[in-house]
Amino acid sequence: MKAAVFFAATALLFPLVMHVLDQPFYIGFGARVLIYAMAAASLNLVLGYGGMVSFGHAAFFGAGAYIVGILSVEGVRSAWIAWPAAVVVAALAALVIGAMSLRTRGVYFIMITLAFAQMMYYVFVSLKAYGGDDGLSMPGRSTLSPGLDLADDLTWYYVVLALLAAVLYFLHRLIHARFGRVIGAIRENETRAEAIGYPVYRYKLLCFVISGAIAGLAGALVANQSGYVSPSLLHWIQSGTLMIMVILGGVGRFWGGPIGAVALLVLEETLSGSELLGDYALHWQLPVGLILLAIVLYAPQGIAGLAARWRRA
Amino acid sequence: MLEVHALAKRFGGVVAVDDVSLEVGRGELLALIGPNGAGKTTLVGQISGAIACDQGEIRFEGHDITRAPAHERVRRGLARSYQITSIFKRFTVLENLALAVQARSGSSFSFWRPVAGEKALFDEAASIASEIGLHPKRESAAAMLAHGEQRALEVGLALATRPRMLLLDEPMAGMGPEESQHMIALIERVRAGIGVLLVEHDMDAVFRLADRIAVLVNGRVIAAGKPGEIRSDPQVRKAYLGDELAA
Repeated sequence: MKAAVFFAATALLFPLVMHVLDQPFYIGFGARVLIYAMAAASLNLVLGYGGMVSFGHAAFFGAGAYIVGILSVEGVRSAWIAWPAAVVVAALAALVIGAMSLRTRGVYFIMITLAFAQMMYYVFVSLKAYGGDDGLSMPGRSTLSPGLDLADDLTWYYVVLALLAAVLYFLHRLIHARFGRVIGAIRENETRAEAIGYPVYRYKLLCFVISGAIAGLAGALVANQSGYVSPSLLHWIQSGTLMIMVILGGVGRFWGGPIGAVALLVLEETLSGSELLGDYALHWQLPVGLILLAIVLYAPQGIAGLAARWRRA
Repeated sequence: MLEVHALAKRFGGVVAVDDVSLEVGRGELLALIGPNGAGKTTLVGQISGAIACDQGEIRFEGHDITRAPAHERVRRGLARSYQITSIFKRFTVLENLALAVQARSGSSFSFWRPVAGEKALFDEAASIASEIGLHPKRESAAAMLAHGEQRALEVGLALATRPRMLLLDEPMAGMGPEESQHMIALIERVRAGIGVLLVEHDMDAVFRLADRIAVLVNGRVIAAGKPGEIRSDPQVRKAYLGDELAA
């Protein structure tokens, strides 16, 4: 609860602080962090809570983004149509991919989700009508309602924040409801969950679909964020980035996804700028890699786990 | 109640279960004994639905369940426990049992209401915890329990599904004499009115509990009958019991 108040207060005040400091660029950056926080939280549901190591989450993220991109160039710019469409399509993609992948376990599951995501990546690369390799520029952000101009970065930031809050609240309820308990039990001991009467496959598939749907919503937002979608959103590197966020933040920790998104994007932002590292900024990935290594070795529960240990001490 | 007919299972060239037929009636306890590697656990796996059958038929209360998935058999009232303890280690004792109660009480496709507020679930879990002697440990994580307590929880999880037929795969495995006595007493208490298939190496327990005994050797039932008949069966003594009971 304390964590929720802390994060909410920080997120609410952040744009005002940036406004006072006259750094409007960072309001846009903040919105991007919130969107990735949503995507990472969706991955953490399957990876952390469900124990399903999906290495293809970019497929749902990218599918959501492309639906919004394609609809906008076709003239459909209403968020009320485009965003639910993105969610539904991502959920359907998760249903199909999950239905096949979840028949496998362990390394095979990792590889098959990766393979499906790469297949979707190549589909969009070859989709010449919608930019193919070059990606697709959108005429502008989605429209939500009169009086709410999403093109305004400050408005946009708070709309994204409201959606993230809604998603996190839903996830919190879900994790503590009967469904969440069963998902946790399946992660703990799949064989026994089946042996006390749970149709394990059905639970895992539904969990996968819910996660894919949320990733699709994050994708719809990321398309609006940059006004541009490209196949790189579906590339396996994107899946890897989301996974790094979850590991950094804390696998199976409620705030793991959001914390990881903040940590990775802030690190990237500070280390890749020339202010801090000068010419070495080109190699910003090296220090990020070392930090990730340290987390995996010394804090397997991620930053959220470290914080919890700290509070107890 | 449970009828197994001509069941078979091969793993590659190894015949683990070979043309096994047996029956367990309501209120009856059938003990299944046999040397290590005789196919007892494979047979329990087949009956519970964890292992597919190559041949044969399994009927439970008149229904053909040979191809039914494991979770469906549990819903029908056919529950098992494991030889190698299989519990939810990071959950508390109460959470373990509540999870099994939850599986048979209402839909678990529920995404909003906190499960911790479901009093009925935890009340019933607490009464099962008392039944298996773990009430004082109900708030402990299952991983923190002693071996004997974990074995009790193992059987408790099966009991919490409120079975009409229990498959117990070596419930006394690794237990000391005192713990075994507790387990025997527990089985005596819960067996009333339900069928039990008990796989066990502890001969003291087997001869105290069993109504009938079947002897499995190399995947085949070589003898079946009342405890007295099995005790004196020369074939059984040769194949399995050895001199252990001659004294």
